[in-house]
Amino acid sequence: MAERGAATDYDVCIVGSGAGGGMAAYALTQQGAKVVMLEAGGEWYASKDSKMMLPAFASPRRGASNRNRPFGEFDACDGGWDIEGEPFTRAPGTQFSWWRGRMLGGRTNHWGRISLRFGPDDFKGKSKDGLGDDWPISYDDIAPYYDRVDDLIGVFGSREGLRNHPDGNFQPAPRPRCYELLVKKASDRLNITCIPSRLSIITKSINGRGACHYCGQCNRGCAVKANFSSPDVLIGPALKTGRLTLITHAMAREVMVGKDGLATGVAYVDKKTGADRHVNAKVVVLAASACESARLLLNSKSSRFPQGLGNSTGWVGKGLTDTTGTDVSGFIPAMTDHVPHNEDGVGGMHVYMPWWLDNKKLDFPRGYHIEVYGGPGAPGLGFMGGIANYPGGGGYGQSLKQDYRKYYGATIGFSGRGEQIPNENCYCEIDPTAVDQWGIPVLRFHWKWSDYEYNQSKHMQETFRSLIHEMGGEVFSPMPTKEQGYGLSTGGSIIHELGCVQMGSDPSRSVLNANCQAHDCRNLFVADGGPFVTQADKNPTWTILALSWKTSDFITQQRKAGAL
Amino acid sequence: MTDLNRRDALRVLGVAPLAGMLDWSAPGVARASRMIDRLNETAETSSYAPKFFNAHEWKTVRTLADIIIPKDEHSGSATDAKAPEFMDFMLAEKDTSENSKVQMRGGLAWLDTEMRLRFGSDFLSSTDSQRRQVLDDIAFGKKAKPELRRGAAFFDRFRASVASAFYSSAMGWQDLRYIGNVFNPGWNGCPPEATRKLGVSYEEFDASLEKSRKGNR
Repeated sequence: MAERGAATDYDVCIVGSGAGGGMAAYALTQQGAKVVMLEAGGEWYASKDSKMMLPAFASPRRGASNRNRPFGEFDACDGGWDIEGEPFTRAPGTQFSWWRGRMLGGRTNHWGRISLRFGPDDFKGKSKDGLGDDWPISYDDIAPYYDRVDDLIGVFGSREGLRNHPDGNFQPAPRPRCYELLVKKASDRLNITCIPSRLSIITKSINGRGACHYCGQCNRGCAVKANFSSPDVLIGPALKTGRLTLITHAMAREVMVGKDGLATGVAYVDKKTGADRHVNAKVVVLAASACESARLLLNSKSSRFPQGLGNSTGWVGKGLTDTTGTDVSGFIPAMTDHVPHNEDGVGGMHVYMPWWLDNKKLDFPRGYHIEVYGGPGAPGLGFMGGIANYPGGGGYGQSLKQDYRKYYGATIGFSGRGEQIPNENCYCEIDPTAVDQWGIPVLRFHWKWSDYEYNQSKHMQETFRSLIHEMGGEVFSPMPTKEQGYGLSTGGSIIHELGCVQMGSDPSRSVLNANCQAHDCRNLFVADGGPFVTQADKNPTWTILALSWKTSDFITQQRKAGAL
Repeated sequence: MTDLNRRDALRVLGVAPLAGMLDWSAPGVARASRMIDRLNETAETSSYAPKFFNAHEWKTVRTLADIIIPKDEHSGSATDAKAPEFMDFMLAEKDTSENSKVQMRGGLAWLDTEMRLRFGSDFLSSTDSQRRQVLDDIAFGKKAKPELRRGAAFFDRFRASVASAFYSSAMGWQDLRYIGNVFNPGWNGCPPEATRKLGVSYEEFDASLEKSRKGNR
């Protein structure tokens, strides 16, 4: 561990170990750089620490959630919206929750492995409908990196030739579960595109990782490394080069800047002892998550950068977006009395619906995709809640027991995940008074959806209800009203916060240039969701990975040219 | 680990061959056997001392749980699966909300009060037929009369707790014939009996995709 006042130790310091940080560490160490990585949480490798295949009854708590594991005690990810000692605040009237992973690999331990490329239109939204901003890069700029990510990490899918949903170098997709065939049939009848899903779960062994064995528990982390998480797939290989130094329990406080205005390293708190420490590096890469990287920049104030590093135009914290979301599930009579068979499959849906309509004909400007769930999963806590809504009406005794058997697994649900248009009411800033347990100033959030998102959510609700009816099903919940926001999720709840450290070609409306390099500081880069200009309706991880690899290549090229 | 888990774990390992669970992965088996070892270190006790429920509540909970999920030809009852023990364990946890605790205790008290009003005796002292008269009025959700809605809301939560506990146990998994949670590398879709029942087929799925791919090209 570096002591205060130590000479330049590292070529690159990376803050954060999730998709962006892990990929930067992988690429930069392969390219010969000596890298130090700061991670606020502890070490965790799914290959060693996963609770895979532990039945609910193996724990006295039967898998119930706790504060650090809001998705259940067997879930891989240590983190959540409510972290002890690490508060955030909200402006009056704001409903927003900030998720943070606090472990090696960050959110790559939590996510659903939905691995979608952004399409050509997703980088040029403003050119299409005049809203938000265009990205300073195009699909063609990033496509070679998507290819490399596909080959290194692995993603299954099918080549469909859909223009704005580009195909990748896919491994074979698993066959749909039987109820997913029912979904496909209903989708066909309603002219909704429905195709095999695209998840970073390998169905064929690559790079020393085992192929999927279909236990359906990806969320717990995979003991044979069949799904993607940063520690097993990126950080492990980076450590093997001998050029990566990993410092865990290190809460970054500030990016340090020299008299010449260049970054010299990162100051951090050793969470185990509370001691202040720092590491020196020639290049700093922030990959702490969109909002955490923005917080770090805003807290890096110096005489040279009194508003915070990279913030000379006040753009840090702006352009915050989350994915929109709403869900509908229903009872499908055709699925009662299911034929017992193992239907676990992979830890996620086997089919999904990419955006299929033309927004010019709709009252909202951008699209959404549909995720599918249902069927007879492993019975656990909350088993068949709402039994009174089924045809038996509830009851007790022998008839109830028969009903549980009869209706077990006879539900299908849909989740919409859509694109928000960035707006000036959604941003984060430093709270004027509040601090966390180490005295680091915390973020204050501002949030307001616009009618674009509400109208989109209404469309999702109506679509999902027609799908359930098309399958002969019955929706238990009434259609949410306008006053209920048409069931639209609250900000931050889909855990896709992007923006806040945006890239752009106009330095007065962005923090980074097209290479994710700070306009104000040429040896400072951002490699998480912060640089995103818009959301797209596609889950961001694959683009974070591709962008981080592209940024890493640029850093190496600049270092070789002596520019850093 | 408690004896409740010891019993369930022993049971699932005992039935593993019958349920086609032989293909556990090496790490899965290793973990399961470590768990059994740990469980074997604790002597099995026949009586459980509840931490949340008092003695009267405990008897009421056990009686009511077995009325909700009785033993039948497929599986045992809620108490056979030690559902009340699990409910008590979770209610006693420090993270369990005060409201959940109050609603559980208050709901059981409501039940006794209602029994006394109608029959002059609490739930445990009443006859089976008297108990069923009250339960019939509160066990069907929205159909409950307005003055009994509180009772119906309690019963709905209580039934959900019992079901959660019963079906998350090894006995519950067997009852439902859930045969997943195993190392299953050869999985290639659902069997014909299952697709036929839903009136769907993989051929139809493949053909539909092939048709749209031609249109996209």
